[in-house]
This record gives sequence, C-alpha cells and structure tokens, in this order.
Amino acid sequence: MERIPILRMGNYLLVTIQVDMHDRLAMTLQDDLTQQISKTGAIGVLIDISSLEIVDSFIGRTLANIAAMARVLDAETVVVGMQPAVAITLVELGMSLPGVRTALNVESGMELLQTSRGSFARGMQDDSSGN
Amino acid sequence: MSKIAEVLQKHQGPLLDEWMKRLLEGSRRTDLISDKELKAQATELLGSITTSARSGKVSEVNGPEWSATREMLHEIAASRAKQGFTSSETATFVLSMKQPTFSAVRSEFAKDTDAQYQEIWAATTLLDKLALLTTDEFLAAKEQMISRQQEELLELSTPVVKLWDGILALPMIGTLDSARTQVVMESLLQAIVETNSKVAIIDITGVPTVDTLVAQHLIKTITAARLMGADCIISGVRPQIAQTIVHLGINLTDVITKAKLSDAFALALAKSGRAVVKVSEPAARMPGREA
Amino acid sequence: MTQAATETLPITSASDIVAVRQKTRELAIQLKFTLVDQTKMVTAASELARNALEHGKGGSCQIEVVKNGVREGLRLMFQDHGPGIADLDLAMRDGYTTGGGLGLGLSGSKRLVNDFEIHSMPGQGTTVTITRWK
Repeated sequence: MERIPILRMGNYLLVTIQVDMHDRLAMTLQDDLTQQISKTGAIGVLIDISSLEIVDSFIGRTLANIAAMARVLDAETVVVGMQPAVAITLVELGMSLPGVRTALNVESGMELLQTSRGSFARGMQDDSSGN
Repeated sequence: MSKIAEVLQKHQGPLLDEWMKRLLEGSRRTDLISDKELKAQATELLGSITTSARSGKVSEVNGPEWSATREMLHEIAASRAKQGFTSSETATFVLSMKQPTFSAVRSEFAKDTDAQYQEIWAATTLLDKLALLTTDEFLAAKEQMISRQQEELLELSTPVVKLWDGILALPMIGTLDSARTQVVMESLLQAIVETNSKVAIIDITGVPTVDTLVAQHLIKTITAARLMGADCIISGVRPQIAQTIVHLGINLTDVITKAKLSDAFALALAKSGRAVVKVSEPAARMPGREA
Repeated sequence: MTQAATETLPITSASDIVAVRQKTRELAIQLKFTLVDQTKMVTAASELARNALEHGKGGSCQIEVVKNGVREGLRLMFQDHGPGIADLDLAMRDGYTTGGGLGLGLSGSKRLVNDFEIHSMPGQGTTVTITRWK
C-alpha cells in the first residue's frame, strides 16, 4: 500500500506531501506519524506542503488532527510552504487551522520548532511597551 | 420570401455610392478613419449582408446564416470603440444604409407598390436589427476596454515594497473595493512567498474609509498570510477609522494594529530579531553637502 | 446558453474524489482560469464530491464547459442517491454537520464559486450545481 515517507532528522520528523492525497492516504499518514512520534520520541514534526495544490476541509482537518495528536505525545508540529492560492481558498472555505503552527519554508519551520519547544503561543505578541 | 438579396445584388454599385455619400456628409470623423477605409468597410459589409440575405431569412439575425455578418459587425464595432467613436456614430454607419436601400427597392419595384412596401419594411427591420447588434457589440467592446484599464490601474496602485530582509510593506491608497482587495491580497501573498518575508505591514494611511466588507477582506488577507507562515501588521489607522471599526463591531482582536507606519516597522524589526543601533560616527557624508 | 463537452464521473469510492479533482483541474486549466480560481473550483469540487460519497451514499458528477454569451465557465453537477436534506437552510450554515466533519462543505463551497444551486428532498437524494465563470 502506498504511504507517504517519513524522514527522521535527529529528534525531528520530516514529511513532504507531494501527491494529490486521497482520503485513505491522509488517514494512513496520520496513523504512521503518531506511531513514529511515539516510537522515536520525536519532539517536533515538520510537514512540508509546498507541493500541495489542493487542501480541502478533509486534508485541513487531517493536518489539525496530526498537530493535536502530536501535542498529546509532547511533540510540536509545524506546517510549511502553503501556497498562496491554497491559503486564499482555505480562508474562503472558513478554515483557519487552529492549533497548527505554520512557517514559510523548511528552514524557518525548523527554526520555529527548535526555538519554541513547549510553547503554545501563536502568532506575534504585541509589544506595546511605550511604542 | 424576401427579395432583398436580389435588390442589394443588382443595385450594389449605386447603393454603395449613395451610402458613401451619406457617410461622408454626415458626422464625418476624418480624424479617426480615412475615406478609403470607410469605403472598404462599407463594401465588405454590403457584400456580407447580401450573402446572408440570400438565405431568405431577413427577420432574424441571430441564426447561423448571419454569423459572418455578425462577426464583421463585431469587428467594426470593436475597432470603432477603440478608435474613440461614439455609439451613435457607430450605429449610424449601419443605419445610413437605409436610404440608399429604399431607393434601390423603389427603383426595382417601381410598378408594384405592394412589393415596395414589403421590401422596404423587410429592409428597415433588418437594418434596425443589425444596427442594434452593432451597438451591443460596441458597448461590450467598451466594457472590455474599461475593465482592462481598471486591471492595469489596480496593479499599478498596489505596489508591494520590501522594507528590509523579510519585511514587506503594502501602502494602500484610495478607496478599497472588493475587486481591488482581491488583487491586493493575491499580490501580497505572492510577494511573501517570493521574498521569504515573515512580516507584512499593510499601511492604510491613504485609505479614507473602511467599511465592514473592506475590513473582512483585510482580515481574510491576514488569515491567509498566517496560514502561510507570515504575520501582518496593519498600520496607519487614523482615529476616524478606529471609530468606524468599533462602531461597526468589527473584531480585530487577533490583528496587530499600529497608528504609525514607523511603529509597525520597529515592531517588525524586533520580531525578526533586529534592532536599529546608533553608531558614533556617521558612515559617510551625504552627496551635495559640502563642508 | 450553449454548451460544449460534457463528462460524467462516478462517485463511488474515495479515489473517485481524486478523479473529480483532477478532471476539474484539467478543464479549469484548459479554460485558462487563474491559479486562484482553479484552486477554488477544484477545492469546491472535492468538498461536494466527498459530500456525495459520505452523506449521499455515492452518486455522480457531471462536469461541463458552459458558455453564456461571450463568457465561458465550468459547471459541475453533483447528484447523489442519499437520504436527501430535510432542512436546507440549516445545512447551508457554517459549522452545521451531521457527519462529525467541520460542516463547511456546502457553505464553504458556495463561497468558492460564482453560481451555486442545491436541490434536495428527503428520500430523493441531493443535487448540487456549481459554476465558475472566467
């Protein structure tokens, strides 16, 4: 059965989604990732969706689920590389993927994972000290 | 069955001459089209109408028999629109064919007043329909021109500026409408990807009013940017706009806003781990300042 | 209105949803839709195809290029043989779901397209037609 490969980089897991994922493949990914996080004790998961041209509500939900399950296993998830057209469509669809951290690319994604271990803060904090 | 086609065929020469005479006498836009070109168009159109009319169907111009003529009128109308003619000048081109056609009909059916009436009626309804068609094509062409110009204007008026590595600014000027905000959203998001910018500052100093729809669009843009991994700051919020936003009950609690662009920039720098530091000696003299 | 090519795709399994997405993408590209418009249409197709499969117990999708005067567009008609929707207004509301999903399929798809029509009667299945114009 086809599966999306999960790469291990030290304490992190890296997944690159390059195919038009059908529902079963998405569910398999969800299962595989949670298994792998548990098995390897990974502290972070990076999901690269820069080649994904379609993210519908099912895939969006899958990504949110993965992030939630990873968090229960004490791992952070960052989704990187969302294409503009996909972002615009998701917003129009009404999905904002709460609980899913995002970054522009793999590099910034890794930075985020490494600096925010255990932090649940989303977005930017307003620095309102006398500005 | 209408005999218009025969009439047009038989009296082609004099009809064309009289038509040209009327065209040249009327509101003649020699600045926009030459006599030679006008005559060529008229000849071609007359030929096409004659051919189409041979089918006998002269009361309905939307069928396949008239497609060649429709195509020709589409071309004529489109070029007139581009050249700057008015819609009535364009319609007159077709309508001025009436008088010459009636003359041709009258001379053809000199002894038969019934036939004259029939054919003149057929001719006038036909030319009316063709003229109306031409006007529609003219309007469609004009609309296309306008929307293309709007697009160009849109692109010009929403430049995305790179303030620093990883920091973009989008100065918005003028009223924001649905179409414009869409274009803005798309170009900003594209720029974010291309320049790898984590922060985008949307400055609305130059925007006179913000209504619910515009605010919704801005919020959508910000949400989309966040999904991609970038954050947005709205700057240049004037007191009136702040009031409007509160009055309309627009929820901006998830959005960082700053009154001044400079504050937004300072915040963006801080967020990207940068600071502006004063050095003891100015680096170089500005050109033009002599000691 | 004149119509050009029409194709009907079955929706009986999860891989059919992918097929619908791909066909929609193919035609959207052919019609030279912008990337954003393509993405919106394909995503809407995906949502509705999944709806037909999961709530509608399977069905089909008829996809065709349509013309309205000088405008060209892409139209998809999803038909399922399911139980039908009793309260359409409720179903069209953001967040309403009977299947444990996010409830955004119908209301979300509507926002992604230009024309949206839905007909449904309890016991008679549901038909959703969406159109996107160039």
